[in-house]
Amino acid sequence: MSVYRLAEQFEDLSKQAHAARLGMWFFLGSELLLFGGLFALYTSYRVMYPADFAAATGHNNVVIGTTNTLILLTSSLTVAMSVGAVRADRPRRAAWLLAASALLGAVFLALKGVEYAEHFHEGILPGQGYQFAELPQAGARMFFTLYYLLTGLHAIHVIAGMTVLCWLGWGCLRGRYSAENELYVELGGLYWHLVDIVWIFLWPLLYLAHP
Amino acid sequence: MSGERQRLPGEREDESRALATGAPAPDHHRDYLRADSDVRSWLLTTDHKRIGVMFYVVVVISLILGGVFALVLRAELITAGPTLIEADMYNRMFTFHGVTMVWLFMIPSIPNVFGNFALPIMLGAKDLAFPRLNLASFYVYCAGVIVTLGAMIAGGTDTGWTFYTPFSTSTPTAVLPVVTGIFILGISSIMTSINFIVTTHTMRARGMSLRRVPLFVWALYATSIIMLFATPVLGLTIMLVGIDHLYHFGVFDPALGGDPVLFQHLFWFYSHPAVYIMILPAQGVISEVVCTFSHKQPASYMAIAMASLGIAFTGFLTWGHHMFSAGMSELDAGIFGVLSMFVAIFSAIKVFTWVATMHKGSISFKTPMLYFFWFLFLFVFGGMTGVAVATQSLDIHWHDTYFVVAHFHFIMVGGTLTAFLAAAHYWFPKMFGRIYSERMGLLTSAGVFAGFFMTFVPQFLLGNAGMPRRYYTYPERYEWLNVLSSGGAFLLAGALVLTLVNLLVALRWGKRAGSNPWGSRSFEWATPPLPPKHNFPVTPIIDRGPYDYHLTEEEARVRLSSG
Repeated sequence: MSVYRLAEQFEDLSKQAHAARLGMWFFLGSELLLFGGLFALYTSYRVMYPADFAAATGHNNVVIGTTNTLILLTSSLTVAMSVGAVRADRPRRAAWLLAASALLGAVFLALKGVEYAEHFHEGILPGQGYQFAELPQAGARMFFTLYYLLTGLHAIHVIAGMTVLCWLGWGCLRGRYSAENELYVELGGLYWHLVDIVWIFLWPLLYLAHP
Repeated sequence: MSGERQRLPGEREDESRALATGAPAPDHHRDYLRADSDVRSWLLTTDHKRIGVMFYVVVVISLILGGVFALVLRAELITAGPTLIEADMYNRMFTFHGVTMVWLFMIPSIPNVFGNFALPIMLGAKDLAFPRLNLASFYVYCAGVIVTLGAMIAGGTDTGWTFYTPFSTSTPTAVLPVVTGIFILGISSIMTSINFIVTTHTMRARGMSLRRVPLFVWALYATSIIMLFATPVLGLTIMLVGIDHLYHFGVFDPALGGDPVLFQHLFWFYSHPAVYIMILPAQGVISEVVCTFSHKQPASYMAIAMASLGIAFTGFLTWGHHMFSAGMSELDAGIFGVLSMFVAIFSAIKVFTWVATMHKGSISFKTPMLYFFWFLFLFVFGGMTGVAVATQSLDIHWHDTYFVVAHFHFIMVGGTLTAFLAAAHYWFPKMFGRIYSERMGLLTSAGVFAGFFMTFVPQFLLGNAGMPRRYYTYPERYEWLNVLSSGGAFLLAGALVLTLVNLLVALRWGKRAGSNPWGSRSFEWATPPLPPKHNFPVTPIIDRGPYDYHLTEEEARVRLSSG
């Protein structure tokens, strides 16, 4: 059950594994371009409204943002450890590590929710709903619209990643993955690292980039 | 080479003949169409050839729909005033036409039908790397078609296929459902492109170095790179427009601090490369057709292969030429203009190589070859006018006129549709094991060309005389050219219907085809008349290139031994 099986279209397992890895990397490249569109918008508007963007960045809660960065980095570590555990043929340990990673993802989302609630309370809503008098209107409104779009798209990816991690963890617990069959855990881990890396770029852009 | 007798791929032919005479044959030897015949085995198939055939059906239905929309438009424009439909309906109709032709027909047409069918065989593989992903991409495509068409039935939208803001975020029509459909279609594109790229990298048979990869595969590879990296940007951008109808984010709304021109930048970052998603596979088909029917290797294999990659790369850097009149510095316009002309250089390299390939070849004048001649003429015509509109000073005059409409239809219809028809005839014997009527094929091909020419040459003249695109009515002085154009459109439609009838008749009553009716050296023709499910009993060892016409057919077959 836990042996990596050869699909009929492949000649041997190494080719099959190579194909799966390559496919995952190309998919991740495609995902980067999805975020790339929003990053391009952020850059353009930042050039258009430099002072407003800096002020709005300064208004964001840097403590929550940084804590969330640490949480995601830790979750990436536990995911990497789970891949190591599967390779060492310890699927139960891998299952707990994956569960821990997914849990860290949930904590990340919870903190994000706290942050959103704070913003809503102050009247910082995206687009037409923006009513925060303290910050200059046009640029800060655009900053927060993009803030919601970027973090929202990222949150969708966090949720997708957590689903993958839970599914892999369940598979580990059921003995579906082992030293002979670790590829899917590795690929799922790659996806989670993408989620992490995107955040590593969001963190400075949304929390740190102000004088 | 051991003393044991080699099993040759061609030997399988005898088994197929045995099949026809009723002799029992093991299941994996039966051809892909008849391997299992119940509906379930089709709907759940992971065989790339069957998935290609299923795409074929839906893509042709989309083409018919898009064609009907076009005929309604042309019928409306026969007279200077209102003719057939209301102005509002006219706006919806050209949006339907654009959306259907671009996303439902043209982008999936050649890659998903002929690419799916031929790419694995051309690489000597049993299937694509991810067969289930391939099947999923078909159903995702169908879902996208249903959502998009459903949105059209539910009222549709009147923005044109480009969804320019701020109109697209403020029109009361059904923008969100339409863009959701396009978003889903984009997911299908990405799935297919990952499959093609990974298959090309990892599934090539032994002995198939990169210099032996057929040119059609190079073209599909370049196309897939564009699909993979441009589609997500489009998906994101049009969803930003779509969700504005739920809640006004106003990312592109000047009232909320946004810039509508940024939408155009992001939109064309995909949609200009999308032009190459449509034309590169067409060029790939043409490369195969010209070699097969000239019975000669390409004048330069590397020139064509590298030009494909060159187009894919520079295609990402030309989008600004759509915004020459939207406010752009002279320097930017110059840079985008020059970069756009690089595409023309790469295309010209291909055109000259195709022409040189025919030199001293042994040309057999079959329907696909005739389509190649039309393609050559129309593509050069369309390409040259493209260079003209890539120059800002000229574009200011022609922008948003029928000149631009005629230009891109020369590329999209004269290029892509012509090549699609070439492919439909060229691979017909391999896909369905029958031969179509050559006489009808040549005749309908001439009809397609005549109809096309009559439709779009008047549009160049109209555009140059100043008739703007997307207008419902026009001054009387444009009428005779519009009548000519509409007449051409109906001629084109008639010829296309006859083409379809010819192929459908052949499907049922055509003569049975041999395994290699064109005398081609390309690898897909070395399989039995109808390939079996996994194409080859054992992965073949490739000991020659795909265009080795200096070898006899027999020698060519022997050098594709199965290890």
